[in-house]
Amino acid sequence: MQHEVFEKNSLILLIGILLVVSVGGIVQIAPLFWVESTIEQVKGMRPYTPLEQAGRDIYIREGCYGCHSQMVRTLRDEVERYGHYSLAAESMYDHPFQWGSKRTGPDLARVGGKYSDQWHAEHMINPRSLVPESIMPGYPWLGESKLDTEDIVARLKTLKLVGVPYSDEMIDKAKQDVTAQITPDSRQAREMLRRYPKAKVGKFDGKAGGEPSELDALIAYLQVLGTLVDFATFDASGPNLR
Amino acid sequence: MAARGVEERAAFADAMTLICTLIGAAIGLAVLLAARDPAMAFHGLLFAIAGSLAAIFVLKSSFETGGPSQAGSQYMDGPIKVAAIAALVWGIAGFLVGEVIAWQLALPALNLDLPWTSFGRLRPLHTSAVIFAFGGNVLLATSFYVVQRTCHARLAGRWAPWFVVWGYQLFIAVAGTGYVLGITQGKEYAEPEWYADAWLTIVWVVYLLVFLGTLARRKEPHIYVANWFYLAFIVTIAMLHLVNNATIPVSLTGPKSYIVYSGVQDAMTQWWYGHNAVGFFLTAGFLGIMYYFIPKRVERPIYSYRLSIVHFWTLIFLYIWAGPHHLHYTALPDWAQTLGMTFSVMLWMPSWGGMINGLMTLSGAWDKLRTDPVVRLLVVSVAFYGMSTFEGPVMSIKSVNSLSHYTDWTIGHVHSGALGWVAMVSFGALYCLVPWLWNRRGLYSMRLVEWHFWIATLGILLYITAMWVSGITQGLMWRAYDKLGFLQYSFIETVEAMKPYYVIRAVGGLLFLCGALIMGYNIWRTVRGDEPVDVADQPRIAAAPALRVAAAQ
Repeated sequence: MQHEVFEKNSLILLIGILLVVSVGGIVQIAPLFWVESTIEQVKGMRPYTPLEQAGRDIYIREGCYGCHSQMVRTLRDEVERYGHYSLAAESMYDHPFQWGSKRTGPDLARVGGKYSDQWHAEHMINPRSLVPESIMPGYPWLGESKLDTEDIVARLKTLKLVGVPYSDEMIDKAKQDVTAQITPDSRQAREMLRRYPKAKVGKFDGKAGGEPSELDALIAYLQVLGTLVDFATFDASGPNLR
Repeated sequence: MAARGVEERAAFADAMTLICTLIGAAIGLAVLLAARDPAMAFHGLLFAIAGSLAAIFVLKSSFETGGPSQAGSQYMDGPIKVAAIAALVWGIAGFLVGEVIAWQLALPALNLDLPWTSFGRLRPLHTSAVIFAFGGNVLLATSFYVVQRTCHARLAGRWAPWFVVWGYQLFIAVAGTGYVLGITQGKEYAEPEWYADAWLTIVWVVYLLVFLGTLARRKEPHIYVANWFYLAFIVTIAMLHLVNNATIPVSLTGPKSYIVYSGVQDAMTQWWYGHNAVGFFLTAGFLGIMYYFIPKRVERPIYSYRLSIVHFWTLIFLYIWAGPHHLHYTALPDWAQTLGMTFSVMLWMPSWGGMINGLMTLSGAWDKLRTDPVVRLLVVSVAFYGMSTFEGPVMSIKSVNSLSHYTDWTIGHVHSGALGWVAMVSFGALYCLVPWLWNRRGLYSMRLVEWHFWIATLGILLYITAMWVSGITQGLMWRAYDKLGFLQYSFIETVEAMKPYYVIRAVGGLLFLCGALIMGYNIWRTVRGDEPVDVADQPRIAAAPALRVAAAQ
């Protein structure tokens, strides 16, 4: 019987297995690096500000993706509940992606701008103070932890290495931009906004004082989610190249 | 002459192993001193301690006893014993963490408002502990046992099998403590950061080499079917792990890294990995267990050799395509979603082919289902396998998935597979293995196995039915419209509706945990050497091979 070849030679069996299990991945993954709809650039998308990126890293650290998705599916009720369905381009700078797999809490793909900074700050410290039925854990320590910006330059450089288009200026000014984003009406903030249009500036955690907290970073990240593409002008069937 | 050559080779192996352990300890020490992150420094300390202990262990055994224990015997069972006990310990720990987070969903105050105890950090601890620590150790133990017995050959390597088993425990310790301290890549089921991934890669390559080396030494011309599944599991996991974890560290002295893929490409790569962690870690590997332990325990040959061949190749070919069913209606292109769905539905066939092969092996021995609770664990696990491999294809259909995705239905589906299939077949295999490895006349108590079986089964049923109801309820509430055409429920109303089911689920989990604790007690008494209380009720096959022969004479 033909199958003997595999049963009597461990290396032929090994090669056979490798060939058979490679096909699916090659067919499904490789084209995504070339197919238009997956690499399309959409007007408005920009890299995260250093503060937003630091907030994203905290979002990942705390495992928020275990309960929150960031992907509005192309279903009527989802579009009505959360907003325009998510585009591939909207997570093009997300290393790694955070689409999630479970909605114990609501989708966050378009949470940016839906609630005030103050709402977020109070909600993170004690969710049940605002939403009595909520089962989300409280994160009171975030407001008390100083944001570690020691390696923010190195983080941006690494992201640039994996394809996020941070300019040299953005990298040089990374530390300054962190402080600028929590200092409204300052010259540095205006400069930061030139680099990162539509970024929200404010003392997100509501505490006076110059030091950025981890809560500042996390809220800055939540407030930008889903806000960069202007869907009033976006045309899914037309050319969306910038 | 020949004896001297062997001795020299052994001495050389001991020396090289010693050097490697010292290098490991030195790297650990360097990380301890250089790391700017305290959690990473702690991991350096773990490596330094592990390397030093390994060095002492190697030195001591090569001087005192002339090498690893049982160096001269036909089989190498020491590492298998370690992995079997580790599986039990990690299993109970993993179920316990699962129980804690189940209660956290019902009573959020249990998050304690502390970073180390919040759901987001404990959830990966639970998933990794049960999949990789419990499941992984069961696979290590059984694969090392099965490959030796079916090849009539001793494990390849003098120290390598020991390295694989203890190196894997070190990986688990580093990964698990990392999650609690906030070190994670943020990719589901692939949370460990770059240095833990690098360590696992080394351990895994040595595992593959030990397995292949043992196959190469075999005295049987044919490689037994269980070993095909184990081999497919080992190489495919290596491939998935390497591709999905391609990452660039921010610095060598900090834990943070960024995955090279982003957005939709990362999503597809992640679920290609994620679904095949299910397909190859939790399925192919455990099918290897089924193909050895069921025929062995019921003392009947596998039902169909031809079906084994068809089952094997179709299963491993089709599984790898199923990933996109995790991404229906997302920004992943439609053709990829449809491909994923199509292959997931096709996957039903080989899955049931395997189930039939396992179940029908009982032909002529169905009475054992009544008389031997270990057989019952093994067979019921295959029945659960059949159930969840039917449920999976149904859920992968796009229109069903639009309802089930993001809800507890997925959680219920995962647990019918993980508790019903993976854990039950593991319990069955461990109940077989322990008396065989420790040379006992049987398990301490078969009555306790009976209790374990019923308590665990009841727990699983409570768990999955609660999740079916909560998942479908929530999915329907999300898409419900009122008479005026507005969404009927706010999100928080759908959260509130879940509460009773979360309590029922946690109770089901508690029963399952109790069953595992009973098993822990039973195994502990067996290993300790206590005389079985109901040896007369135990089948001949429950005893270790040497004692079985004696009984027959």
